[in-house]
Amino acid sequence: MAASGPSYLDFEQPIHEIEQKIEELETFADSTQLDLGDQIAQLRLLRDDLRRDIQSRLTPWQRVQIARHPGRPVAADYLEGAFTDFVELHGDRTFGDDGAIATGFAKLGERRVLVVAHRKGKTTKDRIACNFGSAHPEGYRKAILKMQLAEKYGLPVITLIDTPGAFPGVGAEERGQAFIIARNLLEMAKLTVPVICTVIGEGGSGGALGIGIGDRMLMLQNAYYSVISPEGCSSILWKTAEKASEAAAILKLTAKDLKRFRIVDEIVPEPVGGAHTDPATAVDTVREALIRTLDELEALETEQRLEMRYAKLRSIGVFLEDGVLEARRVEVGSTAD
Amino acid sequence: MFKRIRFRKKKEMPPGLFLRCPGCANMQYKQDVDERQQVCPECNFHFELSSRERIAHLLDEDSFTEMWGDLAPTDPLNFKAKKAYKDRIEASQAATGLKDACVVGTAELEGKPVAFGCTDPKFMRGSMGSVVGEKITRIIEHATEERLPLIFVSGSGGGARMDEGALSLMQMAKTSAALARMDQAGGLFVSVLTNPTMGGCMASFAALGDITVAEPKALLGFAGPRVIRDTIKADLPEGFQTSEFLLEHGFLDMIVNRGELRAKLAELIGFCVGEDGKIVKKPRRGAG
Repeated sequence: MAASGPSYLDFEQPIHEIEQKIEELETFADSTQLDLGDQIAQLRLLRDDLRRDIQSRLTPWQRVQIARHPGRPVAADYLEGAFTDFVELHGDRTFGDDGAIATGFAKLGERRVLVVAHRKGKTTKDRIACNFGSAHPEGYRKAILKMQLAEKYGLPVITLIDTPGAFPGVGAEERGQAFIIARNLLEMAKLTVPVICTVIGEGGSGGALGIGIGDRMLMLQNAYYSVISPEGCSSILWKTAEKASEAAAILKLTAKDLKRFRIVDEIVPEPVGGAHTDPATAVDTVREALIRTLDELEALETEQRLEMRYAKLRSIGVFLEDGVLEARRVEVGSTAD
Repeated sequence: MFKRIRFRKKKEMPPGLFLRCPGCANMQYKQDVDERQQVCPECNFHFELSSRERIAHLLDEDSFTEMWGDLAPTDPLNFKAKKAYKDRIEASQAATGLKDACVVGTAELEGKPVAFGCTDPKFMRGSMGSVVGEKITRIIEHATEERLPLIFVSGSGGGARMDEGALSLMQMAKTSAALARMDQAGGLFVSVLTNPTMGGCMASFAALGDITVAEPKALLGFAGPRVIRDTIKADLPEGFQTSEFLLEHGFLDMIVNRGELRAKLAELIGFCVGEDGKIVKKPRRGAG
């Protein structure tokens, strides 16, 4: 994949071709002073139609690819575009400072908040420094420490989830990856300030959940959230990572699926074609959704809100009791988008 | 190696008389292993126990009363690969006589009343789907309500059960949120880790004990050894992700042999409960 300029996924190739044509016409028009405005406008309309068409037929695996698109807005874009006055706070006070999770104070509109975000980086160098968004125990410990700081001063917590998963490595196990993630689940459940979790890209299993317990869960339209990566699922089921596409379909990992399971409260729409086609609009839509959700949460009494938080988690799951389906929380319906 | 293969081919060996210990890789008399609560007499490797065996070995005789035993799994994702989840459930149910991989209830431990639960490693590797998550949550809530100490024995190599997708993942959140409330009410949760406990189970309820003990030589961790090896493209250190490794790195209170587990747990609980054997009531800290 090219390091500079936009990159295209396989299924975006027809769009790429039209965009090349538009570019050619524009260059031609410039050099010859001919007015090709109508033709170019027509091509643009065609491109937008095509995008809508592709969007309406996206498979779960294609959504996973969009969620991982190198041009997709990442934590840095949100910290710059959705928040203001971000002041980063470093370190877990025990081991180190994990680049895979950013934490700090920020303003969301007029409000003071605390942001916790998986960080993926935008350049190759950045991405390596962030370990591609795969956090170690010190990252999760940093996250909960800063959230508890927010708790102390009454600041709402906003988490942005975008990780392929918590890092599977020797150091991570030595420093208790499982224990630290578990502790985060317990401690986040105890926070009394409003907590909004938003899956902006990849929701990779326990690594995502480690900053994912809150009053509300938002999810971008093309983000995914899964108990295991499609590749991991594929290698368990078929002993090869190459059936990730099939795995993505059976795992029911799209925003629509998660909404149906009542795990996700709201799907945040992305620009047609995916957030990478128009990052600024995508970031702005998330900003508006966060402000609106925070308005709603702050209108509730704390005690009531905490009961709702527990009740929501408490009711997730589908099983039979006395032979009767306990599926209060699952809407019956199609999963197609 | 060669010798062992020849040994296995001997025709006069009655089936089921010997078994191979995964710990020392030697053949052991099954009867010797049975008499030691499924522990290898040679290397102290602790074999996996079914929930039935665990209850028999750990709790006072006939003291266990099962709760919510009729909770049964469904197939919310309509999960079908080579084998359909529905068929895998049925096969596991037929093989174990259980509805799912978790048994919970109340019992006594050296005369002390406790809430008890365990995952069953023989049912889909003790993995956690909706039923397991729900039963764990209910027993946590019951223990909190009744001020009973909770003992939960995890044997969950399967982690969060893939076949129920994000619903399984969220059982991690559900069980942990219930433990948060138990913690705030001053409850006591003794988590007992057994071979193997991994992934989503290890990264939620199993890791949240007020006191955490493990059986010796258990495989305990977040990511599976194969995944780690494939990621870092290097061999893993000797003893990596074992009970001994976790004790060394500060994540366990102690390692206890199976034969001593009942007495040790009773002793530990004795330090934490009131004179009536129940959790001392505390005002809730904070909201929720």
